[in-house]
Amino acid sequence: MNAPLLDPMVPQPFRIEKVRRDLSDTFTMEMVPESGGEFAFQPGQFNMLYVYGVGEVPISISGDPADRSVLVHTTRAVGQVTEALDALKPGDSLGVRGPFGTSWPVESAFGHDLVFVAGGVGLAPLRPAIYQAMANRERFGRVIVLYGARTPEDILYKKELERWRGRFDLDVLVTVDRATGKWGGNVGVVTNLITRGGFDPLNTTSFVCGPEVMMRYAAQALEKKGVNTSRVWVSVERNMKCGCGLCGHCQWGPHFTCKDGPVFRYDRVADLFQIREL
Amino acid sequence: MAQPNSKNAAPYLLDMDGLGALISALARQGRQVIGPRLADDAVVYDDVAGTADLPAGWASEQSGGHYRLKRRDDGALFGYGLAPQGWKRQLYPPRQKLFAARRQGGGFAVEPPPPPPPPLALIGVRACELAAIARQAKVFGDRAFADPGYQSRLSTAFVVAVQCGEAQTTCFCASMGTGPEVTRGFDIKLTEVATPKRHVFVAEAGTPQGAKLLKSLKAPAAGAADIKAAGLAVKNAARQEKSLDAAAARKLAAQPDHPRWDKVAERCLSCGNCTMVCPTCFCTTVEDVTDLKGDNAERWRKWDSCFTLDFSYIHGGAVRTETRSRYRQWITHKLSTWVDQFGEQGCVGCGRCVTWCPVGIDITEEAAAITTQGRS
Repeated sequence: MNAPLLDPMVPQPFRIEKVRRDLSDTFTMEMVPESGGEFAFQPGQFNMLYVYGVGEVPISISGDPADRSVLVHTTRAVGQVTEALDALKPGDSLGVRGPFGTSWPVESAFGHDLVFVAGGVGLAPLRPAIYQAMANRERFGRVIVLYGARTPEDILYKKELERWRGRFDLDVLVTVDRATGKWGGNVGVVTNLITRGGFDPLNTTSFVCGPEVMMRYAAQALEKKGVNTSRVWVSVERNMKCGCGLCGHCQWGPHFTCKDGPVFRYDRVADLFQIREL
Repeated sequence: MAQPNSKNAAPYLLDMDGLGALISALARQGRQVIGPRLADDAVVYDDVAGTADLPAGWASEQSGGHYRLKRRDDGALFGYGLAPQGWKRQLYPPRQKLFAARRQGGGFAVEPPPPPPPPLALIGVRACELAAIARQAKVFGDRAFADPGYQSRLSTAFVVAVQCGEAQTTCFCASMGTGPEVTRGFDIKLTEVATPKRHVFVAEAGTPQGAKLLKSLKAPAAGAADIKAAGLAVKNAARQEKSLDAAAARKLAAQPDHPRWDKVAERCLSCGNCTMVCPTCFCTTVEDVTDLKGDNAERWRKWDSCFTLDFSYIHGGAVRTETRSRYRQWITHKLSTWVDQFGEQGCVGCGRCVTWCPVGIDITEEAAAITTQGRS
C-alpha cells in the first residue's frame, strides 16, 4: 500500500509527427512518446490529450491497434482545448494520459457478420476496430461499413472509405443528410442503410458510433431487422476531467462512462438512452 | 490505520492532562494534528496544539438551513455535534496541484511531484465520518486507477475517533447503519464522560499503533462506572428524530420521472452547498494556469459540484440543463447508483446537507417522498 503508485493524473509528453486536415474543422495527428517506447491500446479506447497550459480533452484513438509505433487521434475543433490542439504543428508537444475505457469487442464477433454504423466524426473511434476486423478478415462473415455524414463535404476519411469500397471483401455504404454539389449518392439518415440489410440478423454483431440520437435509432433499426441488442455496441460521450473514475463528471446512471464505457453493450444501457438529462 | 481493530483491550481512562499528552505525543511523531476548534462562529477542523484549542463547553443547534453555536454547562470538548466540514478537507483537499510543467524548447517537461506532506493525526472523528472516510477510500483506492495522494494521506493518518454523546436533530446515522457507535476505522476511540463534577475520557485502542500509544501515556485503567457512563452516552446518541429508509432509497434510480423532482426543483437553488459539506461527495474539476510568459504551467484539481451547469457540458451544451436533473443526479447517485458502483450507499446519515441547504431541503424527506408515494 505504501509503494509509490503511478499517478494516472500526470500526462506523458508526446511529440507530433504529422498533422493531416481531414475536414474544415477536423484533423488527424500522429504522435510518438518523447521518452521513446510504444503505445498499446484496444480499439474504442480514448486518451486525455493535454495542451500545455490550456487544458485537457478526452479523444478516442483512431489509429491501427496493430501499429504500436505511433499514436493517432482524429479531433474536431469544437471548443477551447480542441481549437488549441488544432493550432499544434509537427514537432510540437502535447501531453497524453491513457489509454482509458472499454473497447469494441472485435474478437467476440468472430464467426459473425460485422456491421459498423458510424455517424459524422463517430467514424474515428470505430476505425481501429475496422482495421482490426480487416486484419482478421477471414474470421468474419460479411463486414459492412455504413456511414452517414451531414453533407458530402463532411465525409471523414474519404479516400480511405473509397479504398475500402474498392475491396471485394468489404461492403461500404455512405449516405449524406443533405446533398450538395454533384453528389449522386445516397441521401438520408444512416439508419436507412441498416434497413437495406445485407447481413444475417441472427448472426450479426454491430458496432455503432455517432450522436446519441443516431445510436439510439440505429440500435432500434438493427433490432427491428432481427439483430439481438446484446450484440449491438455503442460508444457514449460525456464530460470527463480525469478519464479514470475519480472525478465523477461522466456519470451516466450507474456508469462511469470513462471506465465502464465508453463502449457499452446496448441492451445494458438501452433504458438509460430513454431518460432525458440523465 | 489500515490494520483491523484489535478486540476488547481493556479501556484506559484519560483525564484532561491525559488527552493533552495524547495530542502532544502525536505531534512528537511529526504529525500535523487536526482537531475541532472555534472559528467564524462555527466548529472547524484545523491545527490544534493541545486541549486548550478544543471547543470546551460548546454545543450546536442544527436544523434545515440553520446552524448556531450555543453554550453547554458541562464543559464537554466534543459536545458540538458535527462540524460543518468533514475530514475530506484534510484527506482530499479542495485544491490540489496535479502537476507542474515547464516549457522546454518546442515542448514541455512535467516536473516531479513535491514530497508528501507530514502525516496527519485526526482528533474527534465521528462514527458517520469514519464511514464517510471508508467510502471515499473505496472511490479513490479500490480500483484500476487509484489516487495515490488520497491513499497516502489516509494510510499514514492516525485516527482518534470520538463517540457522539447525543444526536443533532439533523442526524440519521442510526438508520443508515453507520453510527452512532464507533466500531472500526480508528486507532484510538474516545468516549467523553462530562458532567459538572467529572470530566474524563474512556479510551480504547483499535490498532496496534493505537494500543502502543495509549500504553505509553501510562494512563490508569477505566473503572466500571466510567465505562458504564460511556456506554450510556452512545445509547443516548442513538435516539434520533430523523431516519431514512435506506433499503427503499436504493430504488431511487427507478424513478427518473417522478413528479417530486419538479417540486424539489422549485425550492433547490442549485447552489452546491450540499455537495461541499457532504463527506462522501468526491467530484472534482481541473484548472489549468500559466504564468504570464507561459514558461510555467500548472494543473490543479478542485472540488466540483454536480449542481453546476458546467459539470455535464459536452460540445453543444450541458447534459443536465435543469435543476430537477441535477438534484435527481445528486440524490440518486448518493442513495441508489452508488450501490451499483461501490456496493454500498454514498450517504452516511450525517445530516450536513440538511443543515447547510439554504432552503432546508431534507434528503430524508425527498427520498421518502419519491420512494413511498410512487408515480402520480
